Amino acid sequence: MNTSPTAVVSAKGLGLTFPTNDGPVEALHNVDLTVRPGEFVSFIGPSGCGKTTFLRVIADLEQPTEGTILVNGTTPKKARQDRAYGYVFQASALYPWRTIEKNVGLPLEIMGYTKAEQQARIERTLNLVNLTGFEKKFPWQLSGGMQQRASIARALAFDADLLLMDEPFGALDEIVRDHLNEQLLKLWAETKKTICFVTHSIPEAVYLSTKIVVMSPRPGRVTDVIESTLPAERPLDIRESPEFLAIAHRVREGLRAGHSYEEQ
Amino acid sequence: MMRPLIEGKTLPVLIVSAALIIIWYCASIGMNWQRQIDTYNRTDVVGWSTSELLYDVLNQKKPLLPTPHQVAGEFWNTTIGQAVTSKRSLVYHGWITLSATLLGFVFGTLFGISLAVLIVHSAAMDRSLMPWIIASQTVPILAIAPMVVVVLNAVGVSGLIPKALISTYLSFFPVVVGMVKGLRSPEGIQLDLMHTYSASKFQTFWKLRWPTALPYLFTSMKIGVAASLVGAIVAELPAGGGSGLGARLLAGSYYGQTVQIWSALVTAALLAGALIFCVSAVERLTNLSMGARA
Repeated sequence: MNTSPTAVVSAKGLGLTFPTNDGPVEALHNVDLTVRPGEFVSFIGPSGCGKTTFLRVIADLEQPTEGTILVNGTTPKKARQDRAYGYVFQASALYPWRTIEKNVGLPLEIMGYTKAEQQARIERTLNLVNLTGFEKKFPWQLSGGMQQRASIARALAFDADLLLMDEPFGALDEIVRDHLNEQLLKLWAETKKTICFVTHSIPEAVYLSTKIVVMSPRPGRVTDVIESTLPAERPLDIRESPEFLAIAHRVREGLRAGHSYEEQ
Repeated sequence: MMRPLIEGKTLPVLIVSAALIIIWYCASIGMNWQRQIDTYNRTDVVGWSTSELLYDVLNQKKPLLPTPHQVAGEFWNTTIGQAVTSKRSLVYHGWITLSATLLGFVFGTLFGISLAVLIVHSAAMDRSLMPWIIASQTVPILAIAPMVVVVLNAVGVSGLIPKALISTYLSFFPVVVGMVKGLRSPEGIQLDLMHTYSASKFQTFWKLRWPTALPYLFTSMKIGVAASLVGAIVAELPAGGGSGLGARLLAGSYYGQTVQIWSALVTAALLAGALIFCVSAVERLTNLSMGARA
């Protein structure tokens, strides 16, 4: 178990039990995991496997009930206060009364950047997600894919080295999703960020990641961790290569081992 | 030329207005008919024709229910036909009532927002204040208003303030209820987002809760401003012989001046309509600046 300060996220024996009206629900059980700088880690599994919960624990949005977790070598709370990560939600969570540039500038306003610095960063990050020219538009004037790109720009606007993404493309159609996946890889190469990415699409996980964490429900746990052997340069048609299919097969095996395919 | 008239709101409004005026005339005739015949009999008028009777019914001096043209005539005479400083001018009385309404409405809105902010940010306030706020509105205002006015008069506070106080009392309630709901209306992920930025409560309030609550605020304000006007009029009732639309209503009922009562009522209705129109206009401007779909 690597708990050296070079780990961006390191969890040891992590558990989280929610009290509910039907008795306690174990959302996470004995999770050991290390995310190193610059990795692209995907969390994949069926609903209820705790992948989103794990992301929310990293973000200090949920409190673990067992085990330890360190983010940048410190507690999630401290890491959050140090603005260590940007979070991208399932829905874009853009504020509808703010224009796109004001939405991207929201964290910058809160963190007290100067007006000039805000403007420069808004321009740079909107350019990064190919939304230049849409600064003055309101969210409803943009398509779903563009809205999600704006929310990624918002998470990139300040200097967080860690990007937490919770099924960011889950609500988009497959063609848009392919396109955004390609762009996300480019973005990741350009910005050298560490990315934790929750998904329930096997091709998406295999295509994007350097490391795939396969999870299973009841209780939510890690059943397999796969280090990807795919090259850094990944055109979309790499998804038909035997190497890609082999990794996808192993992911499926991992899901099956966790009884993810059984009738629930 | 005719299309906007037919497709817009103008024509339906005109039709409804016309229908209301016809109903009003019918009611006037029905209610005043027998009284006119009684008057004829009492004053030994004989040989009247039906058309004479109808004319007299529609133009009684103190009708049970005045006709629209009588009210309109009185309204005209007491607004355009009078100097606005005259005590017989409805503009004068209307302004007295309006100033109390506006002062009370502003106070009520600010008070309501403040209470809502406290309630949303403190569970203790939520539990302790909310029941009292609701209880406050179960008190019959018609019974309380004269006492408040008289008591305040006794301690030397008179004129605008006591009336504005009643307006405040009535108008803060919809604002509290609306704003508590509004300030709690941001979605989970919108609040989570603020949390991931480690935003302060103050920042979360101004950048998220307040803008989300604005639509609720305007809805509440429309109810509040109408309630505020009612409050000011009710507060004027005990000050018989004084100024304001309420005093005008009371004086009219003392002397059986039904035409005067009804024209004061019409003035109050017009004021209420104008106030709500103003709030709506501000709402529309705010919505536009907040990116509402045109």
